[in-house]
Amino acid sequence: MKILINNKSGVPIYEQIYSQIKSYIISGEAQEDEALPSIRSLAKDLRISVITTKRAYDELEREGFIYTIAGKGCFVAAKNLELLREENLRKIEEYMLCIAELADTCKLTREDITEMYRVITEEE
Amino acid sequence: MNAIEVRNLNKLYKANKVSSGFELKDVSFDLPYGCIMGLIGENGAGKSTTIKLILDIIEKDSGTIRIFGKESPEELVLAKDDIGVVIDEPVFHDSMTGAQINKIMRSTYTNWDEAKFFELLERFGVEKGKRFKTLSKGMKMKMSIAVALSHKAKLLIMDEPTSGLDPVIRNDIVDIFNEFTRDPQNSVLISSHIVSDLEKLCDYVAFISRGQLLLCEEKDRLLERYAVVYCSADELAAISEKAVKGKKESPYGVEAVVERSAIPEGMQANPVSMEELFVLFAKEGKLK
Repeated sequence: MKILINNKSGVPIYEQIYSQIKSYIISGEAQEDEALPSIRSLAKDLRISVITTKRAYDELEREGFIYTIAGKGCFVAAKNLELLREENLRKIEEYMLCIAELADTCKLTREDITEMYRVITEEE
Repeated sequence: MNAIEVRNLNKLYKANKVSSGFELKDVSFDLPYGCIMGLIGENGAGKSTTIKLILDIIEKDSGTIRIFGKESPEELVLAKDDIGVVIDEPVFHDSMTGAQINKIMRSTYTNWDEAKFFELLERFGVEKGKRFKTLSKGMKMKMSIAVALSHKAKLLIMDEPTSGLDPVIRNDIVDIFNEFTRDPQNSVLISSHIVSDLEKLCDYVAFISRGQLLLCEEKDRLLERYAVVYCSADELAAISEKAVKGKKESPYGVEAVVERSAIPEGMQANPVSMEELFVLFAKEGKLK
């Protein structure tokens, strides 16, 4: 698993850990029930705060991406299809927002956009 | 559970002919097990006074200090076996070699680990046969740190262990403390005015200025809460005045530290450094 921490990016460190572990899990690279590094060892390896690392893990657990066994550590949760769907829906919404903004600047109507979408999907 | 608990700690040095006096006022903070806390303050802010009070080197006027949950004087004396101490000044006699220091420490600490001590000296590149006075400042500091780490201490208390050292050695030392807290039972209290070292190392930071604790917070949360914006005076005026914590103005624009939540959409929020925050907080006194 690759985790890169950039102190100068302005993105909160906990969010950097959270999103990188999450994309590792969502991308399918991670195996179900795979052990994740312990909070303390990850924090020390990355030279970041233990509390911040714990915050990222807590968030991942709350969202169902990982689970904890007391005394054993944290593991990758079974892929939850509902969760993935949610995640994808969220992404689609994000892209739609971009489309809406761009369409607005180009003065495209709603019909123009649906027409474009129809053409694209028909081509496929 | 906390390794150190300090409550309403007070210490007054009365003004006299040679000094204008100093007062440490109502300092309270907790250091949880497994964490590193940095005391940040300007020269004379009260960092060393706080540390000396915790180590019982000087007597407090009032307040409570608990170490490993213990507070009676008898228990605290015994607790010192588990505390590694590093202070700013050289603590060993000039003519002593590493090997001689080892002998003295062997009969000082019940859990002295000779093998660990020599291993650390080797790792730090400190020659054990050299007399203390012939060591460079960085080597002397590393000697002190090696002693502090060689008696199975669970708590390191250090006053300015990195001041006066070059960046490479400072980085080494930061790594050593980072490594030490891999064990969740081990905790570190470290003071420094080299804020960047503490920014790298700490889980918690406490700002002390003019004898008062300005804040004690989780480091990353503190850094997340504020941001630097570069804009025109008009643009800054649009941000709620309460959210603007400090600013530097020039005829061409403003640089300001503001609460991240108050930054309007579209304005770039740049990460703030601990140093910028500390200078600001120390200048303005209490901000909270």
